[in-house]
Amino acid sequence: MEQRVVMAAGDGRPDGGRTAFGRGRAAVRRGWVAAGRCQLLSLAAFVVTAAGGLVVGALLLLPVGLGRALLPPAATALRRLSDRHRSWTARWTGTVISPPEPLAGAAAGSGAGGAPGVPAGVRSGVPGGVRSGVPGGVRAGSRGGDGSRDRRRRSSRILGDEGFWRDLRWAWLEPWTGGLLVALPLALIHYGLFGALVQPFVWRLLGDGNWYAFVPVESPATMLAALVLGLGFVAAGVRLAPTALEWHARWSRRALSAPYRTALERRIEHLTDTRADALDAQAAELRRIERDLHDGAQARLVALGMALDKATQLLDSDPQAARALLDDVRATSSRALQDLRDLVHGIHPPVLADRGLGDAVRSLALDSLLDVHVEARLPGRLPAAVESAAYFAVGELLANAGKHSGAREVRIRLEHAGPALRITVGDDGRGGADPARGGGLHGIRRRLSTFDGTLALHSPPGGPTIATLEIPCASSSPKTSSCSGTG
Amino acid sequence: MRVVLAEDLFLLRDGLSRTLQEHGFEVVAAVDNGPALLRALHEERPDVAVVDIRLPPTFTDEGLQAALEARRLRPAFPVLILSQYVDQLYAHELLAGGEGAVGYLLKDRVTHTAQFVDAVRSVASGGTVMDPQVIARLLARSDARGTTAELTAREHDVLELMAEGRSNAAIMHTLHISESAVAKHTASIFAKLRIEASADDNRRVLAVLAYLKR
Repeated sequence: MEQRVVMAAGDGRPDGGRTAFGRGRAAVRRGWVAAGRCQLLSLAAFVVTAAGGLVVGALLLLPVGLGRALLPPAATALRRLSDRHRSWTARWTGTVISPPEPLAGAAAGSGAGGAPGVPAGVRSGVPGGVRSGVPGGVRAGSRGGDGSRDRRRRSSRILGDEGFWRDLRWAWLEPWTGGLLVALPLALIHYGLFGALVQPFVWRLLGDGNWYAFVPVESPATMLAALVLGLGFVAAGVRLAPTALEWHARWSRRALSAPYRTALERRIEHLTDTRADALDAQAAELRRIERDLHDGAQARLVALGMALDKATQLLDSDPQAARALLDDVRATSSRALQDLRDLVHGIHPPVLADRGLGDAVRSLALDSLLDVHVEARLPGRLPAAVESAAYFAVGELLANAGKHSGAREVRIRLEHAGPALRITVGDDGRGGADPARGGGLHGIRRRLSTFDGTLALHSPPGGPTIATLEIPCASSSPKTSSCSGTG
Repeated sequence: MRVVLAEDLFLLRDGLSRTLQEHGFEVVAAVDNGPALLRALHEERPDVAVVDIRLPPTFTDEGLQAALEARRLRPAFPVLILSQYVDQLYAHELLAGGEGAVGYLLKDRVTHTAQFVDAVRSVASGGTVMDPQVIARLLARSDARGTTAELTAREHDVLELMAEGRSNAAIMHTLHISESAVAKHTASIFAKLRIEASADDNRRVLAVLAYLKR
């Protein structure tokens, strides 16, 4: 989840006015970087094969006992490799692969070393039993006498771990699928480089029968043709590399993501947490409303009744005083009305109910003391709960911009990004907003998390600050939507 | 003067109707929903409409939509909108045409009968009446941006009342100053803000609002 946040921040950054030339150069650069990564992956495939072989060796040696000693370190090494691939995939292509549970029975610490890029919050959401239920893992090696029994227990735990078997399956398939995929652009580039850089120097030595692809290299002219062809191969390889990397990421995701059951368990954990949060927030909100009514409108109405009673008594004896009291009554009644208005506005602003999110944010913009520009591209209405959460989030961000950033101008954009609702709030203030410190930001995050929404804050010192808020599946009912899925 | 009244709560409709009749208005239709309001505006062609913003059947901004629609068909048709809440967006929409003959007040203001009746009369004669809450917010924005920084405190007060659509007499009365003082402040405000002064009160209010809305 955190990863998606970071990427959303990247997307939110303004692209600037790049020229076509600049774009082309960037594409070439990206191609070469991708080619380098393909190279790394193809080399890693050998290591993966070795690790897979090691694990199978350990499995085969289980009956003779040696395997028990060998299996935990081998499985741990394999897990490190698969974790490495997961983090590469996430960093290079943005495809986040949910990691499996830490390897059961592995030596303490080694299991937790994996799963890079996964924040502690997600990890700690794992149902308690998995790690704490492995006493053997923690005590490993502490008592020599228990050594073999301990190893046996760890091995059998590993054998019962679904994630381990998935890792093993991946280790055997990766060279044949992922490895070949990334080898394709590499083959083109290597062969192309051979044609362009090596052929010009060696063709004389090779003599007759020297072919480069379909070109017989026998004269300077054909040598030049081979050179051009080689450059063409390199270009094709560089062009293909990002796509190959993308496909590799897709394959890795299929092979490496957490077992379905784990994903479901995490989802349930997350839903339980956010539901509890939502219920807490709702209860607190009701308490606040009760208190506001009690201290505000109710108290004023009581005062009003008392003043009216007094005025009635004074009506004959002191009409002047009675008149003054009645003026007070009017003032008190309008204050009571104002209290109620503020209360209702805090619960659900009328303009939001009347017009929906776009116009409600426009109204916020007109209410703000800053210069706020709103660009709303939201045809139709969103579910009321989503509208409300988004409205209050934007309100909080606007208030923050007004209070802390020293901004003069704020730009708000509301749009659909696929089925998701995306809102960007950017200001020209001094930046340096710390998402960890702001209580308001924490509140927004909590409110959004009920909808699996995210808030990304991009606020370098010196500004500008850009907050990107995303609520997935905002345009459809979360109950029936397929994209509220697991992970 | 012929009035069409739209308010869905019976007690309030009855009270408003009575108040208006006591002050010499003829209430030609008192309706309780949006479609009936549009029909009444079309059939009765009143001099002014007093409309609650939230009406059946949708209980959203039905009244405002009906009023805007009526003004599309009959430009500068005088409408006074009453609402439990004032919203800057709605104020801007009502003022967008720049034609005047429009009012936007909190419902509580009807408890001040004299002011309410003045507002209806002013709107009917082409004036613009905005709730003090709307104006206070507009002024706060202008202050934050420094566009009204040159004004003295007293001029600021006068500007506020002017923007609400009060007449010179009302400003005099509210601020306890003489008529010549009001004229002097007004002239000074227009000079400082570089707004073209106009003898016509309605134009004056619209010019001030346009300045504050910038």
